[in-house]
Amino acid sequence: MSSHEHAADPDRGRIGMWLFICTEILLFGGLFLLYSVYRYKHPADFHAASLDLSRFAGTLNTIVLISSSLTAALAVHELREGRIARAKLLIGATLLCALAFLTVKGFEWGAKFEHGLYPNAPHLLSLPPGQILYFGLYFTMTGLHAVHVIVGMGVFGYGLREMSRGKVTLKNPILIENATLFWHLIDIIWIFLFPLFYLIS
Amino acid sequence: MGDTTHPAAAPYFAPHDGKGGILAWLTSTNHKRIGILYLALIGFFFSTAVVLGVLMRIQLQSPGMRLMDARTYNILFTMHGILQIFLVVIPGIPTIFGNFALPMLVGANDMAFPRLNLFSWYLFLSGAILAGVAVFTNGGAPDTGWTFYVPFSLKTSVNVPLATFAVFVLGMSSILTGINIVTTVHQLRAPGMTFFKMPLSVWGLYATAWVQILATPIVGITMLLIVVERLFGIGVFDPTKGGDPLLYQHLFWIYSHPAVYIMILPAMGIISDLFPVFSRKNIFGYKMIAFSSLAIASVGSLVWGHHMYVSGQSDTANIVFSLLTFLVAVPSAIKVFNWIATMYKGSIKLEPPFLFALTFVFLFSIGGLSGLFLGALAANVQLHDTYFVVAHFHYIIFGGFGFGIFAALHYWYPKMTGRMYSKRAAVIGWLVTFVGFNAFYFPMFIMGWQGMPRRYYAYLPKFAELQLLSSLGSYVMVAGLVVIIGNLLYNAKRGEKASANPWGGATLEWTLPSPPPLENWEEPPTVTKGPYDYSGLGEEK
Amino acid sequence: MSDTTSERKPGYKTYFAVYAALVCLTAITVTTASLNIGRLAIFAVLAIAGTKSVLVLLYFMHLRYEKRLLVKILIPIVVATLAVFIGLTYTDILYR
Repeated sequence: MSSHEHAADPDRGRIGMWLFICTEILLFGGLFLLYSVYRYKHPADFHAASLDLSRFAGTLNTIVLISSSLTAALAVHELREGRIARAKLLIGATLLCALAFLTVKGFEWGAKFEHGLYPNAPHLLSLPPGQILYFGLYFTMTGLHAVHVIVGMGVFGYGLREMSRGKVTLKNPILIENATLFWHLIDIIWIFLFPLFYLIS
Repeated sequence: MGDTTHPAAAPYFAPHDGKGGILAWLTSTNHKRIGILYLALIGFFFSTAVVLGVLMRIQLQSPGMRLMDARTYNILFTMHGILQIFLVVIPGIPTIFGNFALPMLVGANDMAFPRLNLFSWYLFLSGAILAGVAVFTNGGAPDTGWTFYVPFSLKTSVNVPLATFAVFVLGMSSILTGINIVTTVHQLRAPGMTFFKMPLSVWGLYATAWVQILATPIVGITMLLIVVERLFGIGVFDPTKGGDPLLYQHLFWIYSHPAVYIMILPAMGIISDLFPVFSRKNIFGYKMIAFSSLAIASVGSLVWGHHMYVSGQSDTANIVFSLLTFLVAVPSAIKVFNWIATMYKGSIKLEPPFLFALTFVFLFSIGGLSGLFLGALAANVQLHDTYFVVAHFHYIIFGGFGFGIFAALHYWYPKMTGRMYSKRAAVIGWLVTFVGFNAFYFPMFIMGWQGMPRRYYAYLPKFAELQLLSSLGSYVMVAGLVVIIGNLLYNAKRGEKASANPWGGATLEWTLPSPPPLENWEEPPTVTKGPYDYSGLGEEK
Repeated sequence: MSDTTSERKPGYKTYFAVYAALVCLTAITVTTASLNIGRLAIFAVLAIAGTKSVLVLLYFMHLRYEKRLLVKILIPIVVATLAVFIGLTYTDILYR
């Protein structure tokens, strides 16, 4: 009887997904708490360390992620109108943006590693504590965020397959709808990460 | 109205569609089966933790006892804590009775997300396996205490990363259970069941689920940070890199204090169901009890600093947290007064579930009052990290959650098994456990006040008599536990068959057969009465 | 039966308008960061980040069109919870 109840209760999956999104916000929230305290304690060090990040890369990634949110939202719109093919194209565009994001991130991290700015690197350890903490938090927070990007891509990939198999339709859009809610959350987290790490003046 | 809904339907635990055996159970998304799956695992973890506790008590029996060295003792109390807290008490009632009883209590056929439910059980099992593997690999079982305080947890050579990652996985399981419970309560109530017609046990589970959702992620990230810190040395808790070890304590207790409300709120909710049934009278102050559950959940999330009064935290923080801690005692007290008032002029039936429920109130009150001592800043300076704390939380958790879950087991047993246990054995088990429990833990209040530190494997001769009494009490208590659990296990397939409603309850689960079929109702029931309205309810025996 | 939550569904125009706003706000926040306004900067960039997030929540995540009260109050609840956690921690950090 529960699958019958499922179809009759369109709110259920959405409510569950929003509750899950709350837990993700709180998961990152703990990291933001740490960032807040350490920045309060070492304002000059945080500023100095942030000069090592490329504002251009960060801004580019912000635009890329915002664009991926747009394509994801439009994909849901098309799905609700029954235009599966267009929805799939838009999800594909979202995935491309995600890939671009990760690529830029990869180059950024690579550059840091080359400059000896990775956790426990001798060069990093020679810097003032505030800078060590800045980079520790940078890698942890952008790393956890990147993990979520990868998971989101995986779910979208699965969603594409289910759309092709006719399992996700205008009548049963919940998988893609929930996946895009997750994706927008990833966007929101980056919207906060970007100024906190790249725009310290 | 007992067995007429499904005269020929098989019980939920019987094979269905020709599929029986372990595989059918391990792939079932049915809420009743999943509840039993959790019961099986949790029963095992509880028993293991009790054995570890007994070993500790043997070591503490006399000042010169050297059954083990100090490090082994540290491992024992760490594993005892991890097992009891993360694998028994936090999941305990939400996973066993949240699953088994909640859908029936609200008139539904299952939880909101049955497949997610089964997945949560597998996450729970995985977390347990990871913890088990941690005991045998890479330096072995942690010796840090279940609290994993830095800097020791970052430096000790044992397998802290795997143990903390296991806690992370268990946290994920808890979060998903919480999401399932909140969605079920909002979406799946039977027609006519408004929020204020829900049984108070549902209110207890509901308030708890919000804490599971909002607090658990913080311990999730904290455990991940321990892993990352140990693997990569990022420095967030390492003073040599500018990190602040106290921030670990803040993050840890931001979850772990609300976690104790995850432990107690569902039990309190079940007790609120039992008092009306066994007083044959409506609960006193339904709305106050319902709202007090929400109040405990919210105010309880503001008090975590009371674990840190002597850690080096600022005086300002100490004062703020102490004030908030005194506030959170109020809604608990409201519940106690309302339960007692329910009994007034009621028709009391001292059946085993009610015996456990009354003991819950008594022991929880003692534990709760001792919390007031600990919440006071000046007293805390003397009492922190002494046996007084150990006594406090065992009275609250074991006296509270422990006797609460025994009450629940004895109450819903006929519904779970279709049979009745020996009431005589239940009372004997209760008595022996109760006497042993108090001989075990009450002396700890005194020893703590006299300065006996916790987590020590040996002690000064002046504590010898009370430590001996405590150890003997623990052995008696364990004997009582054996009787209680043995009684329940023995009669699960051999006990006298039970009727649909042996206690005369007015909540919906008692309208189903004992045991219920796989699908509870063909058509959802319509609710017109409140959950404690006994008018027109005859008594079945 | 597609989406029973919204009375009015957002269309392409809305989505692109929000997108344009988000891009503009990004440009504004980058520019703000290069201005020399000292301590004010953190509040400004956080306020802009908050605004962008609200736009994503309301329009991309459809909270603007959401009927269920339970869903609508979740973000305020989470923000309040985080504020409390961080705020009470600061009673220690600020006064040690």
